[in-house]
Amino acid sequence: MSEIASKPEVLHVKHLHKDEKGAKIGMWLFLFTELLLFTGLFLLYAAYRYVYSADFHRAGFETHTLIGAVNTIILLTSSLTVALSIAAIERGKKWISATFLGITILCGLFFLVNKYFEWSSEIGRGLYPGSPKLLNDTNGINLFFGLYYTMTGLHGLHVVVGIIVLTFMLVFVLRGKISSEDPVKLENAGLYWHLVDIIWIFLFPLFYLIN
Amino acid sequence: MADIAIAPSSVTDNYLLNSGKRSGVLSWIFSTDHKRIGIMYLVSTLSFFAVGVVLGLLMRLEMITPGGKIFAAQTYNELFTLHGVIMIFLFVIPGIPASLGNFFLPIQIGARDVAFPRLNLLSWWIYMIGGMLAIASLFLQGGPVDTGWTFYVPYSIRTGTDVTLSVLAAFILGFSSILTGINFLTTIHRLRAPGMGWFRMPLFTWALYATAWIQVIATPILGITLLLIFIERIFNVGIFDPSRGGDPLLYQHLFWIYSHPAVYIMILPAMGVVSEIITTFARRTIFGYKAIALSSLAIAFIGYLVWGHHMFSTGMSDTARFVFSLLTFLVAVPSGIKVFNWVATMYKGSIDPKPPFLFVMAFIFLFSIGGLTGLVLGSLATDIHVTDTYFVVAHFHYVIFGGAVFIFFGALHYWLPKMFGRMYNLKIASWSVLILFVGFNMLYFPMFILGYEGMPRRYFTYLPQYEALQHLSMVGSWVLASGLIIMFANLIHGMRKGPLAGDNPWGGTTLEWTIPSPPPKENFEEIPIVTHEPYYHHEGE
Repeated sequence: MSEIASKPEVLHVKHLHKDEKGAKIGMWLFLFTELLLFTGLFLLYAAYRYVYSADFHRAGFETHTLIGAVNTIILLTSSLTVALSIAAIERGKKWISATFLGITILCGLFFLVNKYFEWSSEIGRGLYPGSPKLLNDTNGINLFFGLYYTMTGLHGLHVVVGIIVLTFMLVFVLRGKISSEDPVKLENAGLYWHLVDIIWIFLFPLFYLIN
Repeated sequence: MADIAIAPSSVTDNYLLNSGKRSGVLSWIFSTDHKRIGIMYLVSTLSFFAVGVVLGLLMRLEMITPGGKIFAAQTYNELFTLHGVIMIFLFVIPGIPASLGNFFLPIQIGARDVAFPRLNLLSWWIYMIGGMLAIASLFLQGGPVDTGWTFYVPYSIRTGTDVTLSVLAAFILGFSSILTGINFLTTIHRLRAPGMGWFRMPLFTWALYATAWIQVIATPILGITLLLIFIERIFNVGIFDPSRGGDPLLYQHLFWIYSHPAVYIMILPAMGVVSEIITTFARRTIFGYKAIALSSLAIAFIGYLVWGHHMFSTGMSDTARFVFSLLTFLVAVPSGIKVFNWVATMYKGSIDPKPPFLFVMAFIFLFSIGGLTGLVLGSLATDIHVTDTYFVVAHFHYVIFGGAVFIFFGALHYWLPKMFGRMYNLKIASWSVLILFVGFNMLYFPMFILGYEGMPRRYFTYLPQYEALQHLSMVGSWVLASGLIIMFANLIHGMRKGPLAGDNPWGGTTLEWTIPSPPPKENFEEIPIVTHEPYYHHEGE
């Protein structure tokens, strides 16, 4: 593309790879599809909660509200730190940005560690898909935990993907590939992380506060 | 692919010539040029189409005699499942948008490429991985899937065949489709040439825009639905299992929330191509441009709300069935708007019946039959009589094969001279349209009668009284197949050895006809400045 760089349409050519607004549009559309992906599960939850509301109420006592609340705080904090990281890179402060990004990644890891202890304790108590305890209990309890593992599991996968993406962003920031002139990669990664956060904000009351 | 030596002497720079670091096949499968990616999609989708056709021919062959002498029942179940999965997920859905759309969308709006060229290449790779997984599921433990392409629960959770891998493949294909949709939407929003307002876009681009929206808003629902089958089979959660409290009907709802709009992913791009071809070969400015453009969006919107008509006989409430039936009839309105505007465009035009136009004529005939029989299926009372019979099979093939795929062929005949710079034999092409048309009606029209008389679909055998019509249908499948062979032989020969086509063989007025054939690597030497509507056949008026 360099041979035509002197011509007047150079602006248009530049857009091909450095169209910030285009990158944002693409990211928002992608987030929209992610929301719809979870919408299918929320629909199922709504339908089954309507049919088995008493069972869902009882099952809500079995989940660890404290761990869920701690994880909510962790994710909300990480959403703040990723926003601060973006604000810092836009002002050209590379090291502050990298630090906040590192804190965000650590928060994500803490979230997963908590999740690990939470799930192990539940599995230890015989609450897992297809377990004898659930099979002998009512259908509503079985569906509650089926949805619980499916939805928080899929959300957990998104946290893992988010951590990987943010780690790449950290490398890019340190190498100067993301800078105040070209912050759109980090901004889009931040948007993705906010999505992960928002989905959790809905999962938390549906599975932990329902009792 | 790379050995197709097409270099018209007048053009020294075109996308088919290698100038990058890589050579041979590598220069294609790692290319981010939207034209090369379009051609790769074309080759891969048509290869899968060939597999699907063979499976279809085998299914017809099974009907040579009542009692299933050729294949066992299980094999027949696998045949119709694979035929459906391959034709729908690997051929028709990516068909026009990913291949011809990829090639012509940027050119029609005056851009050098799509908004995210690397993402575009990634979509193709994901598509190929999905396709390979689907093919691999044939040979791995468990054997080919036998659930039908809809993967209905609870059977899909209990069968021993390799459903797990197949739904994973379909999930991956859906992901590819979503990425293409996002790419096209962003491209249309951001990369239109200076002066090209929304109502100066060619109608094919408008159709792709509406299609891309459906891809983005519908496909994720399919993704999660297939993922749930995957989870069910591995972790045995019981979300759709009635014995554990689950509701299998919820699966059907979620499945059709995607899979009905998917029908519009298949047909809308074809309708866009029809608008292009009619205006070019009638030498007339399109009639009702805005109505055609906006009716695409209307179809996309209403089409999202009619999925329940696939479930009339499942025991939904009467209110739900009534509402879904009413909405289904509403979709006919924007479709009718299109057809009337096409016919009005042809009125007093100087029509030039070249092969692409003949395909459009065949399309209007076949699609009308498909649409009218759709009314029979959309009405509650008549649907109960013919549901799950050959009638549904015939209706579906009239709409999708007679509609979307015939126009896919028409679009190939319309744009092949632009893509490869060479012309096929017009006379043979016209004959192939006729053979396809005759074979198609012989193959599928008897199915309407068979279905009306009570022949259920997906049965590997039939009662003796259906023998005559089954045989007619089988012979029709052979006529259709020979038509396909003649058509593709002619296209491939024309592409390699045909006479040079020139830049604008049909007298089209959209931007792709203003650049050399085959297009240069950067499409436009200078980004054009658009000063008028896309269609202006003033001399003909």
